[in-house]
Amino acid sequence: MKIADDQPSGLSALDRPNSYIGRSVPRPNLARLVQGRGQYVSDVTLPRMVHVAFLRSPHAHARIKSIDTAAAKKAPGVVAVVTGAELAKVMTPWVGVLTHLKGLKSAPQYAIAVERACWQGEAVCAVVAQSRAQAEDACALIAIDYDVLPAVTNPETALDKTTPVIHPELGDNLTFERAHTAGDPDKAFAEADAIAEATFMFGRHTGVTNEARAIVADWNPGDQRLTVYQGTQAPHMTQDIFARHLNLQAHQVRVLTKDVGGSFGIKVHIYADEMATVALSKLLRRPVKFVADRLESFVSDIHARDHRVTGRIGVKKDGTITAFEIDDLTGIGPYSVYPRTSGIEANQVVSLVGGPYTCPNYRARARVVFQNKNVMCQYRAVGHPIAVAVTEGLVELAAAKIGMDPAELRRRNLFADDAYPATNAAGLKFERLSHHASLDKILAMMDYPALRAEQAELRRRGIYRGIGFASFIEVTNPSAAFYGVGGARISSQDGATLKLDATGAVSVHSGVTEQGQGAEAVLAQVVATSFGVPIERVRVVTGDTDNTPIGGGTWASRAAGIGGEAAWQAGKALRANVLVAAASILQADPQALDIRAGVVVDADTGRERIPLEEVARIVYFRPDTLPPGFQAEFIATRHYVPQGWPFAFTNGVQASYLEVDIRTGQVKLLKHWCVEDCGTVINPQLVDEQIRGGIVQGIGGALYEHCLYDETGQLLNANLMDYLVPMAGEMPDIEVAHVVTPTADSELGAKGAGEAGTAGAPGSVMNALNDALHPLDAAPLVEMPFTPERVLKALGKI
Amino acid sequence: MTTFAFTVNGKPANVEADADTPLLWVIREHLKLTGTKFGCGAGLCGACTVHVDGKAVRSCQTQMSEVTGKKITTIEGLSHNSSHPLQKAWVAEQVPQCGYCQSGQIMQAASLLAKTKSPTREQIVEHMNGNICRCGTYPRIVRAIERASKEG
Repeated sequence: MKIADDQPSGLSALDRPNSYIGRSVPRPNLARLVQGRGQYVSDVTLPRMVHVAFLRSPHAHARIKSIDTAAAKKAPGVVAVVTGAELAKVMTPWVGVLTHLKGLKSAPQYAIAVERACWQGEAVCAVVAQSRAQAEDACALIAIDYDVLPAVTNPETALDKTTPVIHPELGDNLTFERAHTAGDPDKAFAEADAIAEATFMFGRHTGVTNEARAIVADWNPGDQRLTVYQGTQAPHMTQDIFARHLNLQAHQVRVLTKDVGGSFGIKVHIYADEMATVALSKLLRRPVKFVADRLESFVSDIHARDHRVTGRIGVKKDGTITAFEIDDLTGIGPYSVYPRTSGIEANQVVSLVGGPYTCPNYRARARVVFQNKNVMCQYRAVGHPIAVAVTEGLVELAAAKIGMDPAELRRRNLFADDAYPATNAAGLKFERLSHHASLDKILAMMDYPALRAEQAELRRRGIYRGIGFASFIEVTNPSAAFYGVGGARISSQDGATLKLDATGAVSVHSGVTEQGQGAEAVLAQVVATSFGVPIERVRVVTGDTDNTPIGGGTWASRAAGIGGEAAWQAGKALRANVLVAAASILQADPQALDIRAGVVVDADTGRERIPLEEVARIVYFRPDTLPPGFQAEFIATRHYVPQGWPFAFTNGVQASYLEVDIRTGQVKLLKHWCVEDCGTVINPQLVDEQIRGGIVQGIGGALYEHCLYDETGQLLNANLMDYLVPMAGEMPDIEVAHVVTPTADSELGAKGAGEAGTAGAPGSVMNALNDALHPLDAAPLVEMPFTPERVLKALGKI
Repeated sequence: MTTFAFTVNGKPANVEADADTPLLWVIREHLKLTGTKFGCGAGLCGACTVHVDGKAVRSCQTQMSEVTGKKITTIEGLSHNSSHPLQKAWVAEQVPQCGYCQSGQIMQAASLLAKTKSPTREQIVEHMNGNICRCGTYPRIVRAIERASKEG
């Protein structure tokens, strides 16, 4: 790893002998995953386990007049048929609100709809049977008499007086509204030499995790304990919520999360069907399994994006941006999702627009409305892809208006690399960012002048290629400012417990979780380094609420930065404890000793004194030989929560190079670059692959992915034939590089990296597309996904 | 219900199932080989890819009536000790993130290398273009296949 020039000179806390920090250490779960020996919830089988299938509403909005379950109850293999009203006796409803999102409101949501279904796909009845197939067959025998109600589907008219109110007790369909003004936007627009304006549309899309949501709930009446095997990002959060809504104590619930087949934010929320599965286990006193099928995933996994943002930018001839203005409207389904709420994405858009730039004048409004479609909530890079595309789209439109190179316009407005700490127009506080170093680096990587020359040459031959940029900031390592202050029982701190075993190996028990990001590898690296053992002697335990400290889990790019720091500090603490014991054995000063490569050594010379396994043997089995009154402590726990800043912002810039076939409207991605700054890079390969994977998902949103609804609220493409996700054939080479600006809030200095790729990719692709079509006088493409049809429309060909 | 006789990973198997039961569910639920995954149930994601007589097929779209007497290979049977060149390359290139699709990716890739020893990059991408990896490990997958074809 390159240590950045701005690091303090001399040895930092990270410069331990045999350090694993900055090395591409392989993840510990690799071997089992290539042998087909992963342990996913889908694979879990328990004695007496039964399967639940849900009958889901075919209507976007309908009153349930009656449910006839008689035939279903008699079907082969059926154990129980349970309605929403029956299940409500076991499980209480919930309301997804946060007090710091002022005015945010929602209605009580039940595990299974009671009296009324509010979106197509909401579960209205459950069938539990010996097999999933039998449960599904019995679902077909349930007769429900619906009174179909008008569906509110268009956010643009959701607040009209003539539009029915989905939850009459709330008064209107407005979930949440936020307005923000900084500086004097009116004056700033008046002083601008040019103003660019556009209305950007972002298609509703969804996570499409390869493993669908999966849960096995096992209520044991003998123990009065519930064990839940769940593919979740936040086991401690779901433990708390299962307990609350089943009227249990948290200690009566254990959540186990082993391998998770993809999450991307989708699996950090509370889902009604998973709550119902847990409640059914309590009701039936036996294990109940639910695995969503692909159709269910499309109609019940949270959706995201689906924003319409009108944006305006003012710019002077010298390239100075004078003002940003946005108006965001988004529809989030009939309920704000519990417990993170569905107001966060719009809130993020308001916070993040204009983020990289010094422009002090900013006016924003965001409105979030209810509608009768599947629920929307946080998905990888929450709000960032929208805010970045709007900001960067406006920046490139402004550059075109004044005839300035878009990279140069950015250079004139980005926060200077020596201007920190800084606060921007949206009120975000930045500890230290590296926009200019990142921009310089990406231009060099791309060989920007040569690329522009190639583009110009090819245009003369009728080949239309485009180059587009997107500078970005990204929220990572959130403090309690994200959720906790609003009343949600979501932990922003995380903990790590280290235990030394009798052979000198160490186990790490961490509150963060692993869904493919590589958190377990990072924890092993950090502990091996701070405690002082070869990494082979570190075993990582995550995803078990009985055996890990309470923590938030893995979301908002926090696992390495927060969970890693807790593990780092725990490693130091355990080292100190072990050295006290070693010093007692050796009759030495603990301060003069260190642990290196699993051996206690003299700190100054590195001379070997005693192996760790010998220290452990004596302490565990021959404590009688230790001095009287000495008690060794071979377990250490440390917690960490970011305290210096509400969020550890990262920054970076992406660039896309693509070619448009102007006859077919097809877009071919040729190359993608990303330079990003997540502070200390603990594991370069894991970081780079997080960036690449994030970019792939961002490209999906830009070019392919769209949940298409008709005006009655029917999802038209709930399958992988009609909903396109990126595959190998579509992906360009993606070059990733870093600038390293560690956060001083932690010793590790690591910020998050899991979402930066998704944040910047759609905006850079959009800008490249518009750059490609610029010489053809095409209308700017601002409606994602950019399908061939939309490209041809922009070209006036259809 | 009919009894179907076939071979799974070199061992004979007799399974009682309906003729239209997808092979995937027999592999996972009757034979308890959970390395083969359900992804979409429609042959559109590749998570359930296995070999039938050496050819990569989507087991969710393969009915039991089609497998009588056939040799089925799943990820568990690709090699005895994870020694298949692709499994070694998958580890060397550190391909998996969440790992869920990787059994299918490896089985799909194995059928390519079985008939094309040194595929070009274009051939690799074309052959792998039906297998979804939502973590976006595509660049690593391509590199691992290239490595396996070189290192055999």
